Amino acid sequence: MDNGLPRLILAAILAAALLALPALVEAAGRGYWTGIATHVLIFALAAGSLNLILGFGGMVSFGHAAFLGTGAYVVGILSHHASMGIPIATWPFAIAGTESALIAWPLAMLAAGALAFVIGLISLRTGGLYFIMITLAFAQMVYFFFVSLEPYGGDDGLSMWSRSRLPGLDLGSDTQFYYVVLALVALAYFLKSRVIHSRFGVVLRGSRDNDRRMRAIGHPTRRYRLAAFTLAGAVAGLAGALIANQTEFVSPAFLHWTRSGEMLVMVILGGIGTVLGPALGATAFLLLEEVFSGWTEHWMIVLGPLLLAVVLFAKRGLWGLVSRPGEVPRD
Amino acid sequence: MLLILEQTLNGLQLGVMLFLMAAGLTLICGIMSFINLAHGSLYMVGAYVAATVAQATGSFLLGVCAALPAAGLVAMALEWSALGRLYDRDHLDQVLATFGLILFFNELVKIVWGAQPIFLDTPAWLSGSVEIVPGVPYSTYRLAIIVVGLAVALGLYLLIARTRVGMLIRAGASNRRMVSALGVDIKRLYTLIFGLGAMLAALAGVMAGPIYAVQVGMGENILILAFVVIVVGGIGSVRGALVAALLVGLVDTLGRAFLPTLLQLAFDPATANGVGASLASMTIYIFMAAILAWRPQGLFPAHG
Amino acid sequence: MIRRIFCALAGLALLAAPASAADPVKIGMITTLSGGGSGLGIDIRDGFRLAIDQEGGTLGGHAVELIVEDDARKPDKARQIADRMVERDRVDVMTGIVWSNLAIAVVPKVVRDGVFYVSPNAGPSLLAGKGCHENYFNVAWQNDNLHEAVGQYVKDEGYESAFVLAPNYPAGHDAIAGFKRYYDGEIAGEVYTKLGQLDYAAEIAQIRAAEPDAVFFFLPGGMGISFIKQYDQSGLRESVPLFGPAFSFDQTILGAVGDAALGVVNSSQWSQDIDNVANEAFVADFKEAYGRLPSLYASQGYDAARLIASALKATGGQVKDDMDAFREALRAADFQSVRGDFAFGANHHPVQDIYMREVVKQDGVLTNRITAKAFEDHKDAYVDECRM
Repeated sequence: MDNGLPRLILAAILAAALLALPALVEAAGRGYWTGIATHVLIFALAAGSLNLILGFGGMVSFGHAAFLGTGAYVVGILSHHASMGIPIATWPFAIAGTESALIAWPLAMLAAGALAFVIGLISLRTGGLYFIMITLAFAQMVYFFFVSLEPYGGDDGLSMWSRSRLPGLDLGSDTQFYYVVLALVALAYFLKSRVIHSRFGVVLRGSRDNDRRMRAIGHPTRRYRLAAFTLAGAVAGLAGALIANQTEFVSPAFLHWTRSGEMLVMVILGGIGTVLGPALGATAFLLLEEVFSGWTEHWMIVLGPLLLAVVLFAKRGLWGLVSRPGEVPRD
Repeated sequence: MLLILEQTLNGLQLGVMLFLMAAGLTLICGIMSFINLAHGSLYMVGAYVAATVAQATGSFLLGVCAALPAAGLVAMALEWSALGRLYDRDHLDQVLATFGLILFFNELVKIVWGAQPIFLDTPAWLSGSVEIVPGVPYSTYRLAIIVVGLAVALGLYLLIARTRVGMLIRAGASNRRMVSALGVDIKRLYTLIFGLGAMLAALAGVMAGPIYAVQVGMGENILILAFVVIVVGGIGSVRGALVAALLVGLVDTLGRAFLPTLLQLAFDPATANGVGASLASMTIYIFMAAILAWRPQGLFPAHG
Repeated sequence: MIRRIFCALAGLALLAAPASAADPVKIGMITTLSGGGSGLGIDIRDGFRLAIDQEGGTLGGHAVELIVEDDARKPDKARQIADRMVERDRVDVMTGIVWSNLAIAVVPKVVRDGVFYVSPNAGPSLLAGKGCHENYFNVAWQNDNLHEAVGQYVKDEGYESAFVLAPNYPAGHDAIAGFKRYYDGEIAGEVYTKLGQLDYAAEIAQIRAAEPDAVFFFLPGGMGISFIKQYDQSGLRESVPLFGPAFSFDQTILGAVGDAALGVVNSSQWSQDIDNVANEAFVADFKEAYGRLPSLYASQGYDAARLIASALKATGGQVKDDMDAFREALRAADFQSVRGDFAFGANHHPVQDIYMREVVKQDGVLTNRITAKAFEDHKDAYVDECRM
């Protein structure tokens, strides 16, 4: 964890590259890369939130897409009502739709967090394989709920008239939207590293490694785990709000179980239980998909065995390959 | 009343189908503590091989005879070369590796057999229907599924309770190190179990072929249901898998059949239809969540 | 990174022409080539390519560059590809999307960005009605069309009661609504099933109990295959006939359903036995080029290409320089459709005949034969909601 200077330099280069990216790709005449980079950043956020419970809490959630999708739907539904001018509810008091990011995005986090709280409350009674399957089951429930949610397009999804509004900014501009996403992702990763090293994070990791001991020394670990699960859900909800904004569209496809699987893949590919690993994993996964699908329509036949190889030969993910041995705080 | 009887029978039949799929999965999960998402791919491989052989030879039975060893061999080769090394690893690594295998198998099948669904016919001697209760004809083929499923359940019970291999399976599940200390080649035992599980999945795939669509990705829907079954039943317990499969089959079928009608007592028909259909698609997941909230280790915890 | 059909020959032939006309017209195709439902996207692509190949690499005598990308049936991915095609490749025309939800995610944005979109399959009511756009054309159908035809036919044939069945999602609800719009008999039962459901024993038992005269079902893809097989085994088919739209009886699917589909009457705007010169050439050339019978989707991809060809011919290869001219040329639909007569309504959706077909066995292969015409010059139900 020492050897601070090279790390700082590395971080500075990364930050500079991310900040300069829109200008660079614009200059290279590849402006659309800004959109791809935004997509990658959003999934880095989602995978990062999954990593909080997966890598540091030892909770293998196979239903993270539910929170992502819920966040996306909150933004989509609010925007739908705002653009149609129909209030969401008239009784007991009137609730209007909104396109304001300052209202919609926190609400997305709140809704996804609340859902995560309820799911966590039940799921955390189990462990191991049971936990994997029960989170998947809940995600399937939420998926079918949105598929049959006729007023909001059901399986067809819901098209948004425009992106959310932030005072002083035009999110419709891909460049400005990119910077907003970048700022949020940076903030989330900063907060995440703080959380991990706080007392909360220590208890969480302790409970992952030896739950009985942590409980024996007086920590109500289930409450800690539930808090982490809820927090991760809320952050995934924010990622959902962002993906809805980028695509200007929401549909149950965001909640499909393969999406949950892909997020797991990103985390493991990048390096589970590392702070920056998921960002690396999301980048690698999405770019691989992009490149392979350009080569051949049978790209999955390359990607599949590649994932298997990563598991077999790069146990600590890509982060393990680029970082020095011993840096991964997994044990 | 007759309708309820018929729907119950339908539910049992779906349950038996799920049991065929879940039996292998629960053995692999329980004994090797291995999560095999690619179990659905073996189901698909079974159906495709059977369809091809049956079409070439005109015999359903020859199709079965080809599909089972084929899937078993594919699975044992996979286990021996790659998956076997993941038994000691985190569940997560297993999920990632087998998720990769799903992508691989789906694309492989698409390259070999094409993107379009293919055909597997009901054998002539099982087509048609029988009247179990006067006035309710029931498909002979579906009855055959029930018979095969129950036979497999019985066979597995005898294998596990009465044979030496079964004894080792039981011993291996509860204390792996002890079994290998006694001089048993545990690795080979695991490879065998993996092959057995794959053959059961392929059997499920073959049985499903004549009534479900044989297409790329066919294993995924039923895989999720099979996971629900083994978790409800208690991982590693074949008895649990049987009971849970029948329960899940019943809950799903009866939910689909009667929920909309029941809701009509409270709502107008249009609402009842909509809400009922939505609820019906979620019933088994609600059922599973309820069971796990009540018994976090499933109905029949295998260890403990 | 991208598969392109570069048309060297055409480029050479046009060297003499003015520089602007020699630039190939860029057509961006986003379709589903991998994962579930990829058979449909592959057929649309192959049909479209056939039209280009028949003209030796041109459409309407003008060089075209076809850029095909795989959306893997993910709306966000489709949207991203669309943005890239609009910004980087500066495509003139887009096409290819199979599914309604992907169309809703992509189409409104690209048509606002000044790109023409020709839909070879999805025709959600939103894009036919309130959300219609002058740059959006649908060359296949509005989603309800085929269901409406079945409703009309079942009524005309004098079936007094019908049991209706569809998945519980918007296309399913639209299907039932479309059927009921033209069928005025008694509805003996209305059941919505789970998306992706495998087993239909429960529903079939309900049908048996309801004792209807006919069954209308809309279950696309594998769901339909499972349902028809199970319905056949239940022994109900002799007493209660099945009716449905072409999707479950298409060439891509018939092989997997087998004899269980034999004799079922279904609705379609196209069939391989429609008697006209364009269709004859299409069926023969498709068989030769790809070694299989063309499907409904292939015919729609082919027509999309031929529509674009007719417009390119009319404008002399200009698309973006004079968008009004190209739009007018598309609207005229001055091409020989493989389905026979074809025209656009006010909302740029087809006005066309819809046929009823029967599944038959021809030389040992299951296929369809036209038996009746359900509608003549049929318009969709949303045309009045469209303000362009």
